[in-house]
Amino acid sequence: MSTKDVPLVQARGLVKRFGHVVAIDHSDFELRHGEILAVIGDNGAGKSSIVKAICGALQPDEGEILIEGKPVHFSSPIEAREMGIEIVYQTLALSPALSIADNMFTGRELRRPGFLGKWLRMLDKPAMERFAREKLNELGLMTVQSIRQPVETLSGGQRQGVAVARAAAFATKFIIMDEPTAALGVKESRRVLELIKDVRARGIAIVLISHNMPHVFEVADRIHIHRLGRRLCTIDPKDYTMSDAVAFMTGAKTPEVADAA
Amino acid sequence: MNDVADRSPGATEAEAGLAGAASAVAEFQPRRRTLLDHIQHVLHNNPTLVPVIVLALSLVAFGIIAGERFFSPFNLSLIMQQVSIIGMLAAAQSLIILTAGIDLSVAAIMVLMSVVMGNLAVNMGVPTPIAIVAGFAGGAAAGLLNGVLITRVKLPPFITTLGTWNVFFALNLWLSGAQSIRSQDIDEKAPLLKFFGESIQLGGAKITFGVILMVLMFLALWYMLNHTAWGRHVYAVGDDPEAAELSGIRTERVLLSVYTLAGFLCALAGWAAIGRVGSISPQSFYEGNLQSITAVVIGGISLFGGRGSILGALFGALIVGVFQSGLRIAGVDVLWQVFAIGWLIIIAVAIDQWIRRVSA
Repeated sequence: MSTKDVPLVQARGLVKRFGHVVAIDHSDFELRHGEILAVIGDNGAGKSSIVKAICGALQPDEGEILIEGKPVHFSSPIEAREMGIEIVYQTLALSPALSIADNMFTGRELRRPGFLGKWLRMLDKPAMERFAREKLNELGLMTVQSIRQPVETLSGGQRQGVAVARAAAFATKFIIMDEPTAALGVKESRRVLELIKDVRARGIAIVLISHNMPHVFEVADRIHIHRLGRRLCTIDPKDYTMSDAVAFMTGAKTPEVADAA
Repeated sequence: MNDVADRSPGATEAEAGLAGAASAVAEFQPRRRTLLDHIQHVLHNNPTLVPVIVLALSLVAFGIIAGERFFSPFNLSLIMQQVSIIGMLAAAQSLIILTAGIDLSVAAIMVLMSVVMGNLAVNMGVPTPIAIVAGFAGGAAAGLLNGVLITRVKLPPFITTLGTWNVFFALNLWLSGAQSIRSQDIDEKAPLLKFFGESIQLGGAKITFGVILMVLMFLALWYMLNHTAWGRHVYAVGDDPEAAELSGIRTERVLLSVYTLAGFLCALAGWAAIGRVGSISPQSFYEGNLQSITAVVIGGISLFGGRGSILGALFGALIVGVFQSGLRIAGVDVLWQVFAIGWLIIIAVAIDQWIRRVSA
């Protein structure tokens, strides 16, 4: 069996309880290599809980998570990040007063080689700026005037672009994106969707959490429908309509097969 | 990305309307800017510019009002000496204010540690270098206490340091028995404590080691804040702590390091203060906490955190020194010096608010 046959992420029987509330109720999760997997569900269905469990922001009480077939136990998203898993938060997690380059490297700055870096811990600003410019160029985002520009001077779409570029630059396995288009206008959403497809074209898988059905159906390869704390089914967007998906996720309809994709 | 509608077959119907629209994510239309907009932008990008301009203007103004005596090398170097101790406290205060905190206990830590150094070296006969190192350790520990209360017990910095200010002041009175250590006793038993009072003569100017220490302290901190990862993290934590945490910064650790370093710098200022004052008085620098905040605010560092340059605090301290010296030489009553400083603070904060409102 080649490595491509082993799913990138496979989670089985995940359970997370908060007191009497069961946020994740024996749920499964699967992400395949190089795909865009959309995760949809009603408010409170627990879709963000399951994604948090995958990236280490929550520690499940039961169940196992395998990444490329190997069991993992992340105690924080920073540990997940060390394995090449990046997250684009809904709030973006950018520092507004710092430059684009500074933001790209927050928490993993490059230091100068030799004495300056080792003893004076001097940052290698030219290298970081070069890298940041390169990454933004690759994603066609260099409408930005200067890489030293503070993030607060950028538009909403550009900020989203910087956050996605940061994730894409460092992710080797997959990126989780939480509602990347929720705060954007029509035009900017379009650009971010193109960006998501560009990232997939580079072989990086994406978990897309979104409420926006047209966006989900446009970019997703598979859709994971979450209901009442567990995975109800996965569907192929080509075989179902948006109203089917909404019916499944709200319980108005029950899917015939749990794994339709 | 010229024609979005062509490129994405999945685009929704509503987006068909985009076909004719401009397709860049966002363009920077060269919106017509007024002169005031320009000034606001320049200041936003260079937060130290305001204090530099104010310092230059006040130097010119007092040169005219107070005449030659003000510009004598002797007087200018005297201003440096007068601001050196508050300047060092302002350096420590800047670090904390950059993290959106505040430290009301800086001067209390400083005086307490100079009392510790004096007690050990002069009254108890401990070798002076050991007494000084003990003072440094005590200062760092006092800062760490503030940091732990703020990060682990999650108390607001203002309340925490209001409390520790009193605690440190009481400890200082207890350790010193409310008695000063006389200058002659220091000279006799521990002259090293007065090291930063030594000076070199340059023309008519008298440069004390304390002044040199202050300048070096600012340069070192400027380097750390701008050219190390730690410094970038200090700004990020002050700017938006949640974003900093999510992007992988251990914010608690950064805050602990900032408060501890500030405590250490206060102890260093305590050593320098012995040289500056000559004796060790538990009652000295009672207003130092607020004076350090004044220098930081006038220096253009935002009280909301994450914005401003530490060099601004040096200029802020100098502005206060220049005002005091200039008004004194011009023969103006002390109360008007206080009056002027008060307005400087208000104007500085108003300018900061205006700069922060800059539109992208």
